[in-house]
Amino acid sequence: MSSWRWVALVLVLVAVSALAVAVGTIHLPISVIWNGLRGVGDADAVMVIRNLRLPRVALAVLVGAGLGLSGASLQGAMRNPLAEPYLLGVSGGAAVGAVLASGLGLAAALLPIAAFAGAIVAVLAAFFVAHAAGARGDPRVLLMAGVVVGAFANAAIMVILANAEPNTVRNALWWMMGSVGEATWSQSRWLAAYLLAGGGALFVIGREIDVLALGEDAAAGLGLDVDAAIRRVFLIASLVAAATVAAAGLVGFVGLVVPHIVRAAGLRRHRSLLVGSALAGATLVVGADLLGRIIRPPAELPLGAVTALIGVPFFLAKLRRLT
Amino acid sequence: MIEFRGVAVRYPNAERDALSGVSFSAERGVITAVVGPNGSGKSTVVRTLIGRIGLSRGTIRLDGESTRDVPRPVRARRIAFVTQREELAFPVLVDEYAALGRFPHLGLWRAADRDDRRAVDRALDEAGVTPLRARRLDELSGGEWQRVRLARALAQGGDALVLDEPTAFLDVAHEMSVFELLDRLARNGRAVLLVSHQLNLVARFAATLVLLRDGSVVATGTPDQVMQAPILERVYDWPLVVTHDPLVGAPALVPLRARPAE
Repeated sequence: MSSWRWVALVLVLVAVSALAVAVGTIHLPISVIWNGLRGVGDADAVMVIRNLRLPRVALAVLVGAGLGLSGASLQGAMRNPLAEPYLLGVSGGAAVGAVLASGLGLAAALLPIAAFAGAIVAVLAAFFVAHAAGARGDPRVLLMAGVVVGAFANAAIMVILANAEPNTVRNALWWMMGSVGEATWSQSRWLAAYLLAGGGALFVIGREIDVLALGEDAAAGLGLDVDAAIRRVFLIASLVAAATVAAAGLVGFVGLVVPHIVRAAGLRRHRSLLVGSALAGATLVVGADLLGRIIRPPAELPLGAVTALIGVPFFLAKLRRLT
Repeated sequence: MIEFRGVAVRYPNAERDALSGVSFSAERGVITAVVGPNGSGKSTVVRTLIGRIGLSRGTIRLDGESTRDVPRPVRARRIAFVTQREELAFPVLVDEYAALGRFPHLGLWRAADRDDRRAVDRALDEAGVTPLRARRLDELSGGEWQRVRLARALAQGGDALVLDEPTAFLDVAHEMSVFELLDRLARNGRAVLLVSHQLNLVARFAATLVLLRDGSVVATGTPDQVMQAPILERVYDWPLVVTHDPLVGAPALVPLRARPAE
């Protein structure tokens, strides 16, 4: 992998992030941003930069990085170009948790925790279903189990929302559309800690994912305990995705589309692919959030919808190349 | 070097054993071939060796040591495998692929050093695929792909090489060149154990044939001992004759037409 690709990935992320800090209802020139970062200059500008735009960009970076990491590792380990955290029940479970929390009238601060718990329950349920089917580490069975658990979660959400207060419905919907609009530094710190641990673990087992990508028998021939390795990847990737969902709601398509883009750029071994997907995922979510803010100001478009609107054309282009 | 002793295995939810009471050994310096009709348990032999399916009875020994006592990575450093099918969801380059053969030696933490790179270079060279090293796997022909898989196994190293149908889908020249390579590896001291349905081909190269039917060993010995018409007719359930190749002297099976022309 030539180093210019890394430089390009980092530079694009920095540029998009800088743009996201500068552009908004109030446009800020670079000099003001630079001063604002250091806490000098106009007090309003400092406030906007430090308390609104920067935390928002930081959270978008982390959410995108997490989804990219999660998608890249799942696709490799399950040898399936369609695998992504949301397909595996993570999103459905998190949504049930969030909807239940708002339906029960829990404090807004508890919503992320409920979402995280819901995601974990869904992932464990998928494991349980796969285990009951007698295929502990068969990626196809795990995938199907995840899809089934997700479908069940969607049905549960509809049942809950059908009889809920309009306010609950609006809250739940807004959350399901994904947003980094109410980002705080403490959210980012939590998510950063999760990503460091989860992303670090995925990076370490990146070589196992390379081997898993060869197929189960070939991986076993190279001395890997295949079932355990697949479970490991599934669990860590799901936890990382669940943390992003808890922080920003459902931001679809990033985990699916980003690894394909990064692979097409020539990153194939999973350690590189993971780092590349984290950078590209971050860029996509920061860019999507920026677009959502500037297309129809002062209204904001839901982040999850914008990532899908950007992601779908990319994915279709990729599909055309495959066929 | 590899010894099966009364091995029985059963797949989950299966009604009968996939292997029952299978005993044979594959020694260094020769090619040992496991042959038999479809569904006889040939591939299961390989799958038990790589630990994809547990033994319900019997033991497999590596140089006298039960595989139960040999951790997976250690096993993979001693026996290299070419499994039957591989469909890569995401194609990599030939040399990246061959380098994955070093995984049992590297684990998660060690960086590839000069020895690892040399092992990969040598493996690519031995398999005759060095000119392909910068190509993507999905650009290769079936024959090239098969030799690249062999290169990965050679990079894996070890004293034994186990292959499942190494020449499936190959034309005559590619088939022969793979077997010549296996023969050379065996002569250089490796134990080569292969599973194949190409009886006539393995009869020319293998020192020992192990003939399976319905998961049991029907006959084992030299090609001349195993390839006898009454035995093969019973195992394959088809009329046939066994001749000897006039040029090389190896036994050769000729299946007969079901209804000979009048």
